[in-house]
Amino acid sequence: MSSRLLIRNGRVVDPATGRDGPADVLVEDGRIAAVQPRLEAPDAAVIDASGLVVAPGFIDMHVHLREPGIEHAETIESGARAAAAGGFTSVCCMPNTIPVNDSDTVTSFIVERARRQALINVFPIGAITKESAGEQLADIGAMKEAGAVAISDDGQPVMNSRVMRRAMEYARSFGLTVIDHCEDLNLSAGGDMHEGATSTRLGLRGIPGAAEDVMVARDILLSRLTGARLHVAHISTRNSLDLVRQARAEGVAVTCEATPHHFALTDADIADYDSNYKMKPPLRSNGDAGAVLEGIADGTVDAIATDHAPHTGSAKMQEFERCPFGITGLETALGLTLEKLVHTGRIALAHMVKVFTTGPARALGLDRGTLAAGAPADITIFSLDRDWIFDANQSQSKSKNTPFHLRRFRGGPAVTIAGGRIVWDHRGT
Amino acid sequence: MRPSGLLGIEELSREEIQALLDRGRYYQPLQHESVKKLDVLHGRTIVNLFFEPSTRTRTSFQIAAKRLGADTISISAQGSSLSKGESLVDTLNTLAAMRPEAIVMRHSASGAPHFLARFLPTPIINAGDGTHEHPTQALLDALTILDYRSSLSGLRVAIIGDIAHSRVARSNVHLLAKFGVDLVLCGPAPLLPSELSTLAPGITLTTRMEEAVEGADVIMMLRVQLERQHETAFPKSEYFQFYGLRLEHVRLAHRDAIVMHPGPINRGREIASEVADFPRSVILNQVENGVAMRMAVLEQVVAQSADAYQQMARL
Repeated sequence: MSSRLLIRNGRVVDPATGRDGPADVLVEDGRIAAVQPRLEAPDAAVIDASGLVVAPGFIDMHVHLREPGIEHAETIESGARAAAAGGFTSVCCMPNTIPVNDSDTVTSFIVERARRQALINVFPIGAITKESAGEQLADIGAMKEAGAVAISDDGQPVMNSRVMRRAMEYARSFGLTVIDHCEDLNLSAGGDMHEGATSTRLGLRGIPGAAEDVMVARDILLSRLTGARLHVAHISTRNSLDLVRQARAEGVAVTCEATPHHFALTDADIADYDSNYKMKPPLRSNGDAGAVLEGIADGTVDAIATDHAPHTGSAKMQEFERCPFGITGLETALGLTLEKLVHTGRIALAHMVKVFTTGPARALGLDRGTLAAGAPADITIFSLDRDWIFDANQSQSKSKNTPFHLRRFRGGPAVTIAGGRIVWDHRGT
Repeated sequence: MRPSGLLGIEELSREEIQALLDRGRYYQPLQHESVKKLDVLHGRTIVNLFFEPSTRTRTSFQIAAKRLGADTISISAQGSSLSKGESLVDTLNTLAAMRPEAIVMRHSASGAPHFLARFLPTPIINAGDGTHEHPTQALLDALTILDYRSSLSGLRVAIIGDIAHSRVARSNVHLLAKFGVDLVLCGPAPLLPSELSTLAPGITLTTRMEEAVEGADVIMMLRVQLERQHETAFPKSEYFQFYGLRLEHVRLAHRDAIVMHPGPINRGREIASEVADFPRSVILNQVENGVAMRMAVLEQVVAQSADAYQQMARL
């Protein structure tokens, strides 16, 4: 028997098809059956989306799910649950697990575990090099066949330019995007926060913006050399954005993502050596945060991604310099984006949906991010005005390391539908 | 409620600093008495917790507490449970559970006491945190300057050396700037980030010694903190040539200029022996004033926390 779901009376925003207006969405057997005003489907379950926005399922192309190996901080199941609660129907998980996802064995484990336990789609990202050690290329082709959608050595970027060049050449032949966490490890060594007036005042060692910029420049040149698709992870500086903007104008195949914390916070927000403000790249200057907002508004930034990086409370309850880098982000991303970009009028709603859907889908070549008939029924329904407060203690993630605890939001996720199934419902809460 | 304590100079007002300096001055004569023990903190317990090696600061706090009549316990990193893998918070909570009146702490991580203060009921006195602050050093330095000058306002103070890694420099900058001192910070360019000028009003930066000492009332030399250098930020071999204080420099300063150094000094590296030992070198006066100043700080912190407890009891 076929299962049918009718989403009525919502404002459907689907940048892939150019639709933005009142319409109903009919879901049948896990796929979009029709999108048009006043649909009738007497046997279908009905979601009343009056006053809500109905969009293609949001994709977070940069998360850390910590499984296998670091399950006390997060699991595929809990991370996917946090994603569903945050309005995401797909996440791409970085390979820095234990063991590193550098082989089809680990990739298959993640795919299989996700299929059984995750509420939403989980797409693994394979490592560029074995153990992300920056030397030997990982089993890139085999990982792709097992389900990897891109390659990256994320937190341990490939410093050897020759290795990076070979990785790009090889990845290109498999149609894989190379994602780089751009950080010159020599320039950033020992740093705990952005290098600037605040780091000087706090006596914390700085990570200069240039540590990011020089690697963005290198990667763009290598992408030009190899023709590989390059994606810059969590771009955070004005100079890096300028480099990407210019490269793109010249036809280089480069895309980039930005995180909500890099446009919502600055280094000056770090108070009392609270490690919930510690991540890489670090919170930058006010000018950089403004440049990230501009980059999103002018289309230089293709995707908003969270870099959701769970760490247990005890790992974050230490001296600032001893704490690991990273914060959670899946449940606050939409609220922060609405707050800083949509409610302020910097971008249109359709543009916001784009950076959560077609932007990441195109950067990775994922067949997702649209409500076109026949597409997988991944749907994010969200509110523009619901008044709510994020309580980290109620978070679905196993970890609570967030600087946004008790922040008040206007608008946020309402119902998350993955593969035609309602996986999260905030209504009535 | 945040416990009272002394974490840094930055967050103190000029009035609060002045009150501490006045009290420090009050305790100066005691240091010359033959019997130096008072009963101000009789029956109180002070824990000295040093996670970094220290001779003068640790001894100074110890003596200050004893001269106030307090019982003191001294713990060093080697003997602590941190070496058994316990976290800093757990160690401090354990010590706090034994109800000392204050914990004096030195730690190699910037902000370690600030981080702990969010979770601990016991007041913490920062005896130096990483490359951040060393508040009692700045207080005793101010007390020493005031032994030679009637007021701080309008003085020209040159701080020379490894500014980037110096908690002494940061605390002194915050303190002296609040009193309208004209500050010159000087050192090799990699140890003198331009952002230092945003720490407080009235700061100029220079990489030239001659410019820094010109007309200075106070020349404050800093040790090069090789243990905090994670790289070769400057050529060590020529440091003395460009940044070592010699008599020729002192002649460029104000004719009554005093030379200070928080110690430990490295003769022939940042300061020539002739300068370290000349009459206007006040390095040992600083050490002496350290005891009086720390007595004032301990007294005030313990009194404040007692007030806080009484207030809570009344509520």
